[in-house]
Amino acid sequence: MACIEARGLRKAFGSTVALDGVNLRVEEGRILGLIGPNGAGKTTALNAILGLTPYQGELKVLGRDPWTARDQLMRDVSFIADVAVLPRWIRVSQAVDYVAGVHPRFDRAKAEGFLAKTTIKRSSKVRELSKGMVAQLHLALVMAIDARLLVLDEPTLGLDILFRKQFYDSLLNDYFDRSRTIVVTTHQVEEVQDVLTDLMFIDRGRIVLECSMEEFESRYVEVMVRPEQLAAARALKPIHERQVFGRSILLFDHADRQQLAALGDVRTPSIADLFVAVMTNQGAAQ
Amino acid sequence: MNTATRPMYWSVRRELWENRSLYIAPMAVAAVMLFGFVISTIGMPHRRRAVLMLDPAKQRALIGMPYDIAAMMLILTAFIVGFFYCLDALYGERRDRSILFWKSLPVSDLTTVLSKATIPLVVLPLIIFAIIVTTQFVMLLMSSVVLLTSGLAGTTWTRFNLFQQSLILLYSLIALALWTAPIYGWLLLVSSWARRATFLWAVLPFFAISVLEKIAFNSSYFASMLRYRFMDFASEAFVFDPHSKVVASVTQLTPGRFLSTPGLWTGLAFAALCIAAAVRLRRNRDPI
Repeated sequence: MACIEARGLRKAFGSTVALDGVNLRVEEGRILGLIGPNGAGKTTALNAILGLTPYQGELKVLGRDPWTARDQLMRDVSFIADVAVLPRWIRVSQAVDYVAGVHPRFDRAKAEGFLAKTTIKRSSKVRELSKGMVAQLHLALVMAIDARLLVLDEPTLGLDILFRKQFYDSLLNDYFDRSRTIVVTTHQVEEVQDVLTDLMFIDRGRIVLECSMEEFESRYVEVMVRPEQLAAARALKPIHERQVFGRSILLFDHADRQQLAALGDVRTPSIADLFVAVMTNQGAAQ
Repeated sequence: MNTATRPMYWSVRRELWENRSLYIAPMAVAAVMLFGFVISTIGMPHRRRAVLMLDPAKQRALIGMPYDIAAMMLILTAFIVGFFYCLDALYGERRDRSILFWKSLPVSDLTTVLSKATIPLVVLPLIIFAIIVTTQFVMLLMSSVVLLTSGLAGTTWTRFNLFQQSLILLYSLIALALWTAPIYGWLLLVSSWARRATFLWAVLPFFAISVLEKIAFNSSYFASMLRYRFMDFASEAFVFDPHSKVVASVTQLTPGRFLSTPGLWTGLAFAALCIAAAVRLRRNRDPI
């Protein structure tokens, strides 16, 4: 069964179209990165999936309609919107008590275990914690929930690099287990590159690229072209070209690696480079 | 894994964690009144002898006065605390974005809004009942200590019967909660809807309608309807002793007449509509 299935998902705020007929299918056990520029519709898509906003079109999350059945859906879905949504007045112990009191799939011992690895005091209020500690607390609460889908919307926004690294490490080592599904949006693309199993670019409410990471690695090739080969390389129709330290780096889609190897150093591009290429072309196509 | 979850119970506890003013403010007012009462005990034996010369109804009114005032002030405090609690209940969680956290848990909008409505309608009356009875009991003890040497210690207990007064108080608080339910319902609705200035949205429309009616038709039905809701509760729920103007006996309670007042039921229907609308709005509303 697909974890998330959307057909013709549409959402407009007045005359602004946030989602323009999105078709989407996320299988169980995947880690999907939803990447897009600001205002592309990422958060709107996640809000629709989480039952936070009404929409047009068809959408099923774990077989349920999120808008009409949010409270039942939330037994199987967890989400971290961004770091600043835990109420500032709540004490750490109260947050654990509350989630334990309302969530049938929350394992208190597990949450306590995660918290024990941090320096967070049980009697502290959220307003007394640093941003990084709040993120750790939220992650501890969420990871102790035996959910089937975890949605992360810019989960590491504003955190320093150590916390960001630790965040994804805990997620992969202590939480993800092939039967769960994770959907994550972020601008820190380079951090999730090794984490994702699937990649999706979204722009102006439309999906502009959709592929698995295996596909990504076989499809896209970046070549640092030797100056004398530049004309030959350009003839092979790269999708993007950029200059680094005076040398041209060309990005190819569906190209012959052997042929490219003759032109310069070949490597797999970073998601960020592909993102820039795709978005630049999108802009040019407009 | 815990399978027995109690979303309603924990949601109400959550409200008490967040809004400690619900019990701290009445306790502070009670402390101030106890302090005032301590000062008033100076010269009490002398005054008590003079009071005991009057007829029995006047004795009850004068001896019970500080106790009645304490109860009234605490009920008023509870109303003010409940008023501002309701205005913030569904607004604050949108303003600080914590609504995104609450909505990430399997608690329905209905449970959440009902737990918030429970605070002014059930929890606050219970808190205020406990605080009033405790305050009056402490006042009775103080007066007994002061009057002990003059042999008048028993005169307060017989004129102000704490047990009977507690029954009257309990009835009053239940009746008052039902009577003011539409006010709290309206405040919750405004708090679920307004993007800013909840107080103005809650109060100004009524003021505007009253003024409009006065100017357009030179009548004041709307204003008198509001006055009825705020002022005429007591005349429906009690019969007053014409001499002492106090409620000192359970025989003065008129639950039958109160329950058959159409105003009570139209008010409750209005409250139910407001709460239903607030539930729907909470589902739709984004953080501010």
